Amino acid sequence: MNAIIVDDDATARLIIKELCLNSNKINVLEEFSSAIDAIKFLNNNEVEVVFLDIHMPSFSGFDFIETLSNPPKIILTTSDKKLALKAFEYKSVVDYLTKPVTKERFDKSLEKLDVFLNDDQNIGADQTKSEFLYVNVDRRLVKVHIPSIYLIEAKGDYINIKTEEKNYLVHSTLKKVEDKLPSEIFIKVHRSYIINISQIVDIEDNTVLINKDVIPVSRTNKSDLMKKLNLL
Amino acid sequence: MKNEQPNLSMIQEISSDQDFQKSILQTIRKEFLEEVKLFEDNFTSQQYENAAIHVHKIKHKVALLGLKQGEQLTDEFEKQLKKGKTQLHKQFLEVLQKIHVYLYH
Repeated sequence: MNAIIVDDDATARLIIKELCLNSNKINVLEEFSSAIDAIKFLNNNEVEVVFLDIHMPSFSGFDFIETLSNPPKIILTTSDKKLALKAFEYKSVVDYLTKPVTKERFDKSLEKLDVFLNDDQNIGADQTKSEFLYVNVDRRLVKVHIPSIYLIEAKGDYINIKTEEKNYLVHSTLKKVEDKLPSEIFIKVHRSYIINISQIVDIEDNTVLINKDVIPVSRTNKSDLMKKLNLL
Repeated sequence: MKNEQPNLSMIQEISSDQDFQKSILQTIRKEFLEEVKLFEDNFTSQQYENAAIHVHKIKHKVALLGLKQGEQLTDEFEKQLKKGKTQLHKQFLEVLQKIHVYLYH
């Protein structure tokens, strides 16, 4: 698998390069301290994965992703755990690594990359569909933009799908809607709640503040949530 | 934090290759001086937001040299600097001094 490394920190580049070398799976074609030079390289070379720092002067990692029309798979690196939540908004982002990157965590990242690259052929047709959810509300079929959903709450025989603009009360179950949502962004934190982790404002003890709702996190779901957030 | 000393455990965990370990220490030695100077220049002229950017860079090296408490302090100092607060400056300098002795003596 061909890769490039983009990070203005030479120490960080050296570490990723060494980890790639020892993995026997990743061939580092080039390393760049400038995102702009990396973009020029990508325009002329086949690269499957980019190890990309978020914090770079003038042009951040997120600027880099937004500039590319058809980005390769991205593994973000950052010392800032909070920024990692924003990473989930980008489809091309496979994983994020918190610096300093450990061998164990890097190897897990490569496993995720394998899954993403294998799934690519199967999910191509689904990518457009998965952006929207169609729900039956008062005998009307309503199209809901999935990334705009921040919370889904079970209410008896109904579920309340909450977006920033409006709420939708739908005759359904949490289990049925959970199957239709991208699992890298949505997680069930309680038997009555599914949340969009990219909308988390704060986590305290056993509750999470999502938009303006304080939602309980059950003990059984808490470890899954923390793993998803990749908190140390 | 007084008992905590820089060490190679984190670097050795990344790779047992001796050439890599020498190379990374060389790179850290070079970058550390540059980053500390940039931090000090910005801090002295009270450009705290810019100083925080350099603290952010230094933080990675603090962590790489196995200073867990030093890393937490650096992280907190970075956050405080962004708000214009400087109370942790002296403690941060102590962390830098430890690293300086380890790398250059």
